[in-house]
Amino acid sequence: MSAAATIPGIGRPRRSGKALPGALWALLLLTPAFVSLASVSFYPIVNGLYLSLTNTSLITQEQDFTGFSNYVELWGDPQFWNAWWHTMWFTAASTVLETVIGLGMALILCEAFKGRGLVRAAMLVPWAMPTVVTSKMFGWLFDGQNGIVNYILLHAGLIDQNINWYGSTDTAMITIIIADVWKTTPFMALLLLTGLQTVPNSLIEAARMDGAKGWITFWYIRLPLLMPTLLIAGLFRALDAFRVFDLVYVLTGGGPADSTETLSTLSYKVLFSTLQFGYGSAVSTAMFVTEGIIALVFCLYLIRQIRRAQ
Amino acid sequence: MNDTRLPLQTVAIYLGALLIFVWSGGPFIWQFSTSFQLDKALTSGSPSLIPHPFTLEHYYNAFVEKQLHRYVWNSLVVSLATTFLCLFVGSLAAFALSRLNIKGRFGILMVILSVSMFPQIALVGPLYLVATNLGLLDTYTALIITYLALGLPLVTWVLFGYFETLPREIDEAARMDGVSVPGLLWRIILPMSLPSLVTTGLLAFITAWNEFLFALAFTSNIDRQTIPVGIANFTNLYYVPWGDIAAASAVVTVPLILLVLFFQRHIIEGLTQGGVKE
Repeated sequence: MSAAATIPGIGRPRRSGKALPGALWALLLLTPAFVSLASVSFYPIVNGLYLSLTNTSLITQEQDFTGFSNYVELWGDPQFWNAWWHTMWFTAASTVLETVIGLGMALILCEAFKGRGLVRAAMLVPWAMPTVVTSKMFGWLFDGQNGIVNYILLHAGLIDQNINWYGSTDTAMITIIIADVWKTTPFMALLLLTGLQTVPNSLIEAARMDGAKGWITFWYIRLPLLMPTLLIAGLFRALDAFRVFDLVYVLTGGGPADSTETLSTLSYKVLFSTLQFGYGSAVSTAMFVTEGIIALVFCLYLIRQIRRAQ
Repeated sequence: MNDTRLPLQTVAIYLGALLIFVWSGGPFIWQFSTSFQLDKALTSGSPSLIPHPFTLEHYYNAFVEKQLHRYVWNSLVVSLATTFLCLFVGSLAAFALSRLNIKGRFGILMVILSVSMFPQIALVGPLYLVATNLGLLDTYTALIITYLALGLPLVTWVLFGYFETLPREIDEAARMDGVSVPGLLWRIILPMSLPSLVTTGLLAFITAWNEFLFALAFTSNIDRQTIPVGIANFTNLYYVPWGDIAAASAVVTVPLILLVLFFQRHIIEGLTQGGVKE
């Protein structure tokens, strides 16, 4: 195919005879995107870093440089650590659950069965739905009095009295994790499915010929080949879960008794309820740093895995 | 593979598939059914999936009392503007990265993609200050400018992937015919990329339509608030109006679901190429 033949030439300098001011065009075409990302993403990060070193407050109208005093305060702030641990716990639990359940779903979808298109279509519903709507929907599903979940569990004999899901400090975080798993697992499954479909069928057939059972072909052939996809999808999911805001803010607002407060909701409250932009920026910068560390650890692990596989 | 499957395995697969279907579709089906039921039926203690008696009361409340259509209008304006801007700016960048000889283009792509991983809460404070200083609070402009940057990384990434699949002979032939660089993009590459433009446009639209954090921070009245902010504020004084919320949810989600179902194959392809492939 002609298309395939040209692909290896992608990175090569072009040998076009006609002189085009290529560099100039490139600059011109990339400028709008750069301006957009620089002003809405890079500038705020740098500005936030600066604000975090000041006592900026929209109430007192102060803006003096105070060095690291916000970070010193942050280090001794139990509310911050409370939110930090909740965020880490939420990120770990939801990423692991979503990856494992997503893999299970993908393995089922990999098989041929009637109505597969319908199931795949249904799986896009949670992904397309606005997160705020998901939050409200789970508010209704898990309502302490009239929620359908309590009704089903009660009638199935699994519980003997209604659970006040997101109204109680014991179960509020679990409810949020369930909502997040509901919303993102199906999409994870579809990503993993495309990864699974690249595993050559001939490999699996050959293993079957040699008498390998289903789970052996899974464990020794499909899983190792799927590993890079699994890890990258997991990384993106973890970084996304780490930023969780909508779900928590709408379902519990961080309550009851701060039991679901995460770094995003805490930052938002410090910024927009107390209007302490200096301290609020310190919280969000600390969050940015934590996210960076997660990404770094993940990437290092990923690179090692890929090296080992080669 | 079918012929080697044991009957037990077949049963397990169908059970699993049913479970996935109910898990994914069930909650929304219940929400949809809720929107047609009277409050009395919803709190009766014996829920039923079939609305009986059937009522449109919640839809009436959502539109007449809560003015849902005004949020829908705001969301439409913001999301459509975002979509077109994203496609315009994104296709320029993707075209430059794919077709012009740029050093370190994969580095540039990586930087663009990593921007989408920044925690948005770290952006909202400084941007709020900028918007205040420029008098952009409670405007569509502030939301559109922000959403453009939020949608741009994915749009650029996916379009870049698509442009890379278009044969380079076309470029050569066009250049022989004396077509200029913008002509190549506008008259040749873009018309060939229509399917990908539709998918990426839909992704940008969904990003803007569903965004909550910035809309919450930047807007404070119904003239400019978008649907997520509107629905988040759907509360009555003495009780939570679950039926009204369900009606509003159905109104804003059903069109989206139909769009997604219609384009589902493209979306999955587009996103896997953008999200997972290196």
